[in-house]
Amino acid sequence: MSDTVHPALTQGRRLPNLWDAAAILCVFALLIGVSRVARGTFAPISAPGALEVNLDPVNLPNYAARTTMRMFAALVASLIFTFTYGTAAAKSRRASLVLIPILDILQSVPILGFLTFTVVFFMGLFPGNVLGLELASIFAIFTSQAWNMAFSLYQSLKTVPADLREAADSFHLSTWQRYWRLEVPFAVPGLVWNTMMSMSGGWFFVVASEAVAVGDNSWKLPGIGSYVALALQRRDILAVFYAIGTMLLVILAYDQLLFRPLVAWSQKFRFETTAGATADDPWLLRMMRRTRLLSLGADALGDAATALGGVPLRFLPGHRGTMVDQRRSRPVDIIWLLILAVVLVWAVTRIVTFVSGELQFSDLWQVLMLGSFTLIRVIVLIASATLVWVPIGVWLGLRPIWARRAQPVAQFLAAFPANLLFPPFVLFIVYFGLSPDVWLTPLMILGTQWYILFNVVAGAAAYPGDLQEAAKNFRVGGLLWWRKVMIPGILPYYVTGAITASGGSWNASIVAEVASWGNTKLTAHGLGAYIAQATEQGDMARVVFGVAVMSGFVLLFNRLLWRPLYAYSERHLKLG
Amino acid sequence: MDTVVSQHALLEVRACKQAYHKEANTELVVLEDVNLTLREGEIVALLGRSGSGKSTLLRIVAGLLEPTAGEVRWRDRPVRGPAEGVAMVFQSFALFPWLTVRENVEIGLEARGVARSEREERAEAAIDLIGLGGFENAYPKELSGGMRQRVGLARALVVHPDLLLMDEPFSALDVLTAENLRTDLIDLWSEGKLPVRSVLMVTHNIEEAVLMCDRILVFSSNPGRVSSELRVPFAHPRNRLDPAFRQMVDDIYALMTRRPVPSRTLAAAPSNIAMPLQRVGTNQMAGLMEALEQPPYNGRADLPALAAALQYEVDELLPLGETLQLLHFALLEEGDIMLTEEGRRFVSAEPEERKQLFAAALLAHVPLARMVRQVLEERWNHRASAVRFRDELEDHMSPEYAEDTLRTLVAWGRYAELFGYDEEAEQFSLEEVE
Repeated sequence: MSDTVHPALTQGRRLPNLWDAAAILCVFALLIGVSRVARGTFAPISAPGALEVNLDPVNLPNYAARTTMRMFAALVASLIFTFTYGTAAAKSRRASLVLIPILDILQSVPILGFLTFTVVFFMGLFPGNVLGLELASIFAIFTSQAWNMAFSLYQSLKTVPADLREAADSFHLSTWQRYWRLEVPFAVPGLVWNTMMSMSGGWFFVVASEAVAVGDNSWKLPGIGSYVALALQRRDILAVFYAIGTMLLVILAYDQLLFRPLVAWSQKFRFETTAGATADDPWLLRMMRRTRLLSLGADALGDAATALGGVPLRFLPGHRGTMVDQRRSRPVDIIWLLILAVVLVWAVTRIVTFVSGELQFSDLWQVLMLGSFTLIRVIVLIASATLVWVPIGVWLGLRPIWARRAQPVAQFLAAFPANLLFPPFVLFIVYFGLSPDVWLTPLMILGTQWYILFNVVAGAAAYPGDLQEAAKNFRVGGLLWWRKVMIPGILPYYVTGAITASGGSWNASIVAEVASWGNTKLTAHGLGAYIAQATEQGDMARVVFGVAVMSGFVLLFNRLLWRPLYAYSERHLKLG
Repeated sequence: MDTVVSQHALLEVRACKQAYHKEANTELVVLEDVNLTLREGEIVALLGRSGSGKSTLLRIVAGLLEPTAGEVRWRDRPVRGPAEGVAMVFQSFALFPWLTVRENVEIGLEARGVARSEREERAEAAIDLIGLGGFENAYPKELSGGMRQRVGLARALVVHPDLLLMDEPFSALDVLTAENLRTDLIDLWSEGKLPVRSVLMVTHNIEEAVLMCDRILVFSSNPGRVSSELRVPFAHPRNRLDPAFRQMVDDIYALMTRRPVPSRTLAAAPSNIAMPLQRVGTNQMAGLMEALEQPPYNGRADLPALAAALQYEVDELLPLGETLQLLHFALLEEGDIMLTEEGRRFVSAEPEERKQLFAAALLAHVPLARMVRQVLEERWNHRASAVRFRDELEDHMSPEYAEDTLRTLVAWGRYAELFGYDEEAEQFSLEEVE
């Protein structure tokens, strides 16, 4: 936060050079593009072309820009949420009693199921204006990004090393200064990584949220997602491939211009006392450091941020830093818990009356059955993805050259919105008349399997050389090598990847268990299809019910399998 | 030195007590009835073993911790929170890894709202004074440990504190680096170049205290209190090989190994299970006994000489000696350590026999070990949860001490084959033993 100053930049001539020229061109092009794209956002729905999507590939750059803009709007919203919600949860014990469990639940809710209602809600806020639809789409992306970012900040704020805290206190840093000089910088590496992971996941949601149908109404926000939706309606496979190509370019730009430079920059804030092996700077970061004008601008920005973070603001008069041992006032605690209890009771009665009015007991059985189908799908998918990617990941990870090449590719693939790849699969199933119950299933893991791959590659790459040598020395091979040598060593990494993959698969089931090609409709038996169909019929009660049950499944799955496994591997198998 | 030291008191600590409350009405006393007066122009050491509460006292003085009872007055005003004019140097350096050397040094000035130009000027002066010139734009992780602690010193000196607090500032450094930093600091102090009026430092290194300080407060443990106060009469620069210097180091060793009165009553009544065990390995014990048995010691050694020969710090050697004494394998006396008859038998024994001797010593002299074994024998399944023992220990000592004690017990019990332990289930058992 506090300094973007690079020593190499503080000396020498400060005249513009060729790098600057290139950079200026890029910046201006970007500004022009943004202003053009933004014009469409505030148009009324009735305006000509406001909600019209055209399959002519000439329009694709414009659609791609609209889609990207939504991503960034959601990112800004997520950051604002992170810094308020995460900070509140970390700083106030009472607030954290409520905020943290809420975050935990929200993380397991398949938010895609609620898309239609957020659309209706935001349309109500801005009747007859495209902005309502835009906000609904942005909100969908936001919900896919914000939770783990806030959680990451919360955890970092909670684990600031005690000696740095004491140093900050003993040098009289104010609350505000401590936040920006110590706590936020400490949180940066985790936050940047989580933000980039969220962005990667967000592409899936932006594509899914652009074309929405509620009951008899359907809207298409200009963007790559709606372009593909239209192509599906018109049975135009060529247009689908155009869209896939465009998205590839967009993700490539995102990966090269944002993901890599940001992650490399954030390494500076890593809390380590030894200089580890540092990877090469990505080309963009190198270029930024070479251009004099850009770096001057960055300097000025950095100075301003430094000055802002240095303002000796004090929020609590006579604040005593670590010395205040949060005194627990019993009466206030009791009142706080009472308020929470009242809110809880109110919420339960609301839900019960709502659900009991619309649903019968048979619905419960049906939903649980369908949920089990989807559960079986998720388990089979994770198991097969594991069987495929763990050996490959280990092979790659143990060869440093290959690991360096494979890692970015896997991260790239994880960011690519898999729902764009559905149509070719659907066409394939329709053409050969295959069973949707079986063949729609792989779509659920299309986008999320890569998380398993790149985590396993990272784990194998970090595997200690002496342990490998010891295994070789004692001629440990075959299955024994996997069981006793490699798998325990990479398990913490694998679990991290598998949690992400399984969570993503649940979410994807809502869009993957139902597919269409023109007038042909494919439906698999599962909870995702149930939610999707209820949405199409505008049956709010069933959507809420389906989403709630799915959240329950996800939550149980996490609590009963992933969390214990992760805790175990952290305790026993952490190397070093 | 008395002529230099003015009589004006900068800091006064009166009847200071620090205790942590447990859920029950028992409390864990870390510091008890500590008094301290610090005058201008002196360097004072708080010398003691780990766990004697000396670092706690330093944090109380720094205003980072509020004492449970007693009063701390800084310049005749009660201390409430980090006081103006007090700066601290940390054992772990506590540098912000994302700030450069210069930015780290400036942070205290920035917090006070000092203007940028003045900030840069003063930071540069402090950086040059402490010998960091040329490293201004480096990040802490690019520096060696010695250089990092110089940054810690510069960061504290730049605010021109009246009182400089140092929490074991050299203990994370290697021997040569630490000595280099000590002499640099003392040279600056004797030449009057340090912008501070007094220094209060925590250390467990006896020689360091005698080398640097004008006054030494020796702490005893459980609860931490000042057991004696010594004035160091030598002028700077001091010579470690000077016989008077050596004598003083020897005397302090003797002071620190003298068994405090309360512990003696404990030893007389070994039915008490609430005896903190120090984390000492069985291999260390065997190694020390073997070294003692051989020439040149032949069963008896002077502790400072032994520490020097084995390259041990007091903090490592004393727990080892005390544990041997607890098990009746050795005796500590006026700065010496002697093997007992039992100890000699242990040294000459074969591995299996050693285990039996060790088991016998544990059962005879460590009530907790006896209790665990007894409970296991009484149970039909010969298993017992560690939780109940931990709870019982925590009634008498801090959770950290209880954890250490339990871990030590597990390691000793496993070696002696008195009982086994299942880490996952946190259970003692007799399974691996039978």
